[in-house]
This record gives sequence, C-alpha cells and structure tokens, in this order.
Amino acid sequence: MSSAVFSTSAAQGRPFVFDNEAVAEVCPQPSGTEFAEGRPPQRVVSASFPGTFKDSRLAGVTPASRLELRPAPEMVSSGIAAMDALTGGLPRGCLTEICGPASSGRTTLLLAALAAATRRGEFCAVVDASDALDPQSAAAAGVELDRLLWVRCWENSHKAEHNLEQLLRVADLLLESGGFGLIALDLGDLPPQTARRIPLTTWFRFRRAVEHTLTVLLAVERQSIAGSCSSLLIKLTSPGNRVNEPMGSQLPAPTHAHLLTGLELTAELVRSRLDRKPVHSAEIKFASKTAWAG
Amino acid sequence: MFACVFVPNFPLAAVFRAEPELRARAVAVFEGKPPLEKVFAVNHNAGRVGITPGMTKAQAELCPEVTLRPRSLLQESAAHAALLDGAQSFSPCVEDAAADTVILDLEGMESLFGTLPEIAHNLFDRAAELGLDANVAVASNPDAAMLAARGFLGVTVIPVGKESDSLGSLPVEVLLAERWESKESAGKKKEEEQNESIRLLATLDRWGVRNLRALAALPEIALSERLGQEGLRLRQLARGAASRTLVPVEAPAVFEEAVELEYPIVLLEPLAFLLNRLLDLICARLASRALSTQELRLTLELESFSSHNRQSEINHRPFHRILRLPLPMLDAKLFLKLLQLDLNAHPPGAPIMKIHLTAEPARPRSAQGGLFQPPSPEPEKLELTLARIAGLVGESRVGALELLDTHRAEGFRMRRFVPGATPETSRQKAPAEEKAAVAALRMFRPPLRATVTLENGELVRVVCTKKKEVQGSVLWKAGPWRSSGDWWEREAWARDEWDIALQAVDTVALYRLVHDLLGGGWFVEGTYD
Repeated sequence: MSSAVFSTSAAQGRPFVFDNEAVAEVCPQPSGTEFAEGRPPQRVVSASFPGTFKDSRLAGVTPASRLELRPAPEMVSSGIAAMDALTGGLPRGCLTEICGPASSGRTTLLLAALAAATRRGEFCAVVDASDALDPQSAAAAGVELDRLLWVRCWENSHKAEHNLEQLLRVADLLLESGGFGLIALDLGDLPPQTARRIPLTTWFRFRRAVEHTLTVLLAVERQSIAGSCSSLLIKLTSPGNRVNEPMGSQLPAPTHAHLLTGLELTAELVRSRLDRKPVHSAEIKFASKTAWAG
Repeated sequence: MFACVFVPNFPLAAVFRAEPELRARAVAVFEGKPPLEKVFAVNHNAGRVGITPGMTKAQAELCPEVTLRPRSLLQESAAHAALLDGAQSFSPCVEDAAADTVILDLEGMESLFGTLPEIAHNLFDRAAELGLDANVAVASNPDAAMLAARGFLGVTVIPVGKESDSLGSLPVEVLLAERWESKESAGKKKEEEQNESIRLLATLDRWGVRNLRALAALPEIALSERLGQEGLRLRQLARGAASRTLVPVEAPAVFEEAVELEYPIVLLEPLAFLLNRLLDLICARLASRALSTQELRLTLELESFSSHNRQSEINHRPFHRILRLPLPMLDAKLFLKLLQLDLNAHPPGAPIMKIHLTAEPARPRSAQGGLFQPPSPEPEKLELTLARIAGLVGESRVGALELLDTHRAEGFRMRRFVPGATPETSRQKAPAEEKAAVAALRMFRPPLRATVTLENGELVRVVCTKKKEVQGSVLWKAGPWRSSGDWWEREAWARDEWDIALQAVDTVALYRLVHDLLGGGWFVEGTYD
C-alpha cells in the first residue's frame, strides 16, 4: 500500500498558475496477480493536461496550440486518372485554376471534369466568356448535356469589359443560387491583360461564396490570375510548344493520309494549398484522343 | 350538420379584398352609367358621415372623406370564386347558394377537422385568409345555417333541436334577404319577387310580427289561409325546421384575379405593388385547394391613343405575357420577382389601365429526398437565378444544350434548363472508370475569316486578320474531310475541313480550318485544346 501526498501551490510557497504543469500522480502499485499472469507492471500516470485553463473565466478559451486543423476538403475525380494521381482530384468548396496556352488541353480537362461530375448525377454550369464551348466535343467527352447549364456571356457587339462584367455577375448569381456540383468559368480565350482586370477581391468573394459548399469552382484561363485565392493551380503545356520539334513527328502519319488522333499533353501541379506540405511542383504526361479516333 | 359562410355587404367586401388598405376608411361603391351613377353599397364609416345607398355619385363626392369605387363585377366574381375555394377546402359537398353565400355539408368531417365549433372557426379563419370578412354558422339543416349566418355576426353554432330558440331573435327581413339585390342587375322576375316581398313584410308588420319567434308562433292553418304556401314556407324557415338536400357544385379550377385602375399606371414599380396583391390572392386560393401552378398569364390593358379624322380617342389594347415554370410552384414572392424580371425585359410600352392575372392550376410536385443523392439546385431559387441571368445575357444565351440530328456545323439548339427533367435511369449508376480524355474543340463564334496561301494545292500559310495569334506557317495538316448536306433545302452547305498545326511566334497550336465550297471563303472554326 502506498499513498500519494498532495499539496497545493500555496502550501509549497509557490504562487498559483493557470496553466498547470503536468503533475504526475503515482497510482498504487499493481497487485501481484499481474506478475503472475506475465503482464508487465503498468505504471499509470495521470496528468492534468497543460493546455486547459482551470479558471472559470477562461473556460471557453482554447489555447492556440490546441486549435484543430481545418478539415480537408472532399476531393472528387477530375475525370482523368493521371490528373487525379497528380492532384488527388478536384477539391469541393475551393477554387481550382487550370491555365495554359491554346492547344494545351485546358478544355479537354474541363470537359473531362464536367463529364465526371454529370456521371455522378450532379448539375454543372459553364459560364463561357468567349462562347467557345463545342457541344459535339462535350457530348463526345461524355458530358450529360441535360445536366449542364451553359451561359454564353460573349456578345460581339459589346466591349470585352462589358462581357467580363456580365460573366462576373452571372458567376455571382450561380454561386449564390447553390446546388451545382461544378461551376466552371471559361476565360480561356480572354487575353491575359483583359482577364487580369478581374480584381483580386472578386476572386476572394468567389472563394468565400463557394467555401463550405459542395461546389467545385473551376477557372480556365491562359495565365493564373486568382493569386492566392485558388487552392489548386494546374498548368498545362503541350509538348508541341517546343518550336523546334515539329508537331507532325509526334502524330501518327499513315502513308495515305494524316489523321489527328490525339494530343500529348503535360500537366504541372504548380500550387496546392490543400495539405500542409511545402509548395512543390510535380509533372505528369497524359494523352487525349479525338472523338473519331475511337 | 351544415355550415353556411355568408359575406355581408358583398360588393364592398370584394373591393376590400382587392384593396385591403381601404378597410379603415369610409368607402362607397357606386354603379350605373355616367352621369347617373348611384351609390350602391357603403361601409359603416361611410354611413357615419351621411353617405347612404341611393345617393348620386355627385352627392357622395361632396364628402371629401369618402373613397368612391365603381362596382366591379370582375372583383366580385373573383371574391365569389375565392369563397367557393375556401369552402371546398373543407368539404367536397358545397352548394353555391348565392354570390355571397355558400353552404357546406359537414357530414363525416368531424373526424378530419375536429369538433363543429372548431370547423366553424377554421372556416372563419380561411375566409379571412382569402381576404373576406365572413359570418359562419353551423346548424342541423342548410336553411337554418343560412339564416343564422345572415343574421348573426362572427361564428355561430346552433345545437340540434335548438334552431327555433336560436333563430327567434332575428328580424323577419332576414327571411327575404336573398331577394334584396340591385334592381338594375336583376331581371324583371326578380323585381316582381322584390315587390312581393315588400308587400309580405308590410303585412307581417301590420300584424305585429317583427321577428322569427313571433312568426313561428303563428297558427299554421290561419297563416296558410292568409299568406298561402309562401307563408307556410316562411314559418317553417322561422322555426328552423325546413329540410332539403344540398345542390352541390363543382367549383371550376379557374384562378384569375383582376384589378381595374382609375388612373393609368406608367411605371413598373406601382405595377409590381398591384401584382404582388393579385399574386397573394391567387396563391391563397391555390393553397386552399392544395394546388400549385406551372403557368401564369398576365394580361395588361394598355391605353393607346389613335387619331382618326383629326380626333384622338383612347383605345385599350391588350398586352400578354406568359410565365411558364419548369415545375409546379406556389410562391407569390418568387412569381412577383419573375414577373418583374420579365416585364423589365419586355416592358408594356404604354400606360396600364387594367391588370388581369390567371394561374393555370397544377398538382403540387412531390419529391422524395435522399441522404445520398448528389446536390442539385433548388427549383424555385434556380428559376429566379436563370431569369436574372437571362435578363443579363439574353434569354437565348442561357440554358441546356440539345444536339440536333445533323452534320451541319453548330448543329445544336438551346433549350430550357430543367434540373428535374433528367431521368435517373438515363445516367450510369456509379462513376465508372474514366474514359480516355477526348481532345476538345474550342469554337470561334463566328468563325474567323482567314487568308490561306497555297503552294501546289498544299496549305502553306494561314493568316487571320481579326485574331492576331491565329496566324503562321502550317507545320502539319490532316484532311481535307469533305461533308455536305441539306442540298434539298435553301440552306445547303458543303465544306472541306483540315486539322492544321500552326507555327506561331513561340508556340504551336492546332486549329480546324474550313473551306466553304459554296460560299468560297476560308475560315478558322476553332482550336483543339
């Protein structure tokens, strides 16, 4: 038998403290049966956790060290397995940027994501800044057209600023409406200097609007313009971008005729704020096939 | 047991239903052809300032406190329809006794709606929801219920066997009240009946019979000798012992409300105020019949001036708008927003004299939600969002896609985006393995006119003046792929397509180049991306 002697801080001549040090309490020695059963003797130590306040006035205060991490967003498939392997999918409730030059595969990736979302039974919306969506391509990519809302914001008679303003207002309305699984802002044909006119506050507003929802907000553009508001930034390039390497050499060229059967594309994960790892860059290559290539 | 709902001073109640803010004011309703309009009905406040039925409109106008309104048969018919709707929400067996009176058979309704006093109070509340101040009475026979509703204010429940006692204090005029209608709106036969009633009342007055108790106490044979069968009928009614079967009516599923304006409305804001009121009334009626609507028809009568033979005259021309909804809905605020957006996009263009709103009834939608169903937009919210977007970009530029059975370029059309329209069976159950990514085409709308340099029939260089980055020497090409169609139509088309890779300043891009064989031009239709 043993007994523990407790003494208060005042009794020991020390001042009271809110954040108690861990005070080890030695529990009674185990009985002899534990040794008989071959179990190792356990020394149970209970300690008052150093991060809790005993003062009732501070009961509701949580030390910063104990703050929980923000829950990771749910990831959904982008429709391309290689891309999912690179990024882990597209995050819900976050802004994802896909940027790259013409013929780099941005629309391919967009349509693949739309097809995957509609296959999951979700409703999607494309806010098209340059009226560029090709319905035949969308159908060939597997997008269920009944589940796709297409908003064509481009008017040739209007100035680019007016069209851009329309696009932002439409995006605001759709985000406010809610219920969409994926909302895509297609700025792919806008010149970078026009796209950069979108203020950062607007992207911040979009990010806040989509936060805590199940919507994937996707922006397709030539260059990254949302800055730190985007949680995921994917940069696409085409191997054909290397000027010295002729495109035809990478494509199958039968003797009787050429046939465009697909594109070799490269995707680079430029930024991901979804995990706590340091910013890193990774690259993958994937291929897209034309609809007639089977 | 039977219940009777009676709306006293019905023409005035119809006005108050359309304009509730007039309830606290002195109001008189006039009818007749100008300049012979006469006051037809007045409320209590108007009576206090000396306005009585029969005065000319000119006399009533001398009193500045009185608000005058013309009698509107349209408003009265809408109020009558609302009365029937309210009654039908309690019982399927409803008799349309008069414009201001409906009688319900409450047999078997107690198990559904509670005790008789509860049903009576609920009927009273329902009438109030529909904008009508009604008297409600419940009795063992229809006529006793009707007399009690006409004679007593508020809610009255007469126990079985106590009819004679309960009705005894009512004046004898209540027996003949249904005959007292406007002489101008009644026919010649009705006028004779009214004269007969006046004689009958005068006779009873001479006898000293002024209430139903006195009439019920008269000896049957002596009364028959003096007043005939009519006297006996009145005595039976006075005793509350008359018995008859109800003549049930099927209330037509017509939900329309209208308001005629004294002065034309020019701005949309006051119009929205009136539309809000009409929509509230229609939605209350639909709700009382457990219905929704999928189509709203708005008709505005516009004031238009036309000059013939140097004389300008005012014509009324109708302006129609139809609001079709993808799903049955019942939300007055949503309907108002949608109508406002529609009228903003399509303004009437002339002052408005009359507003007529009709709702096409539909069964409310029923949907079973599920925990594991993917998110989908809320139909009401989405409809409003789509209407707002259509107001921004145009109606034809927002919606879902539908591919057409053609090989023509741009072979698609836009149609309405309706989330609920997609059958669940049409899509795959599980997100199957992703297919290989399909190279997508980004369209240039309209296609970019290009200048093409050919050498020995081969494409060498493409230049687009409209889009600077689409130019360069052709690195690689595939084609031509020839297609044609609709040669039997006026819009025949024939074209050759190439897939080309252009060497630009620092990049290589793939484009679709089209040669229009009928028009003869070269166009860059889009880029593979």
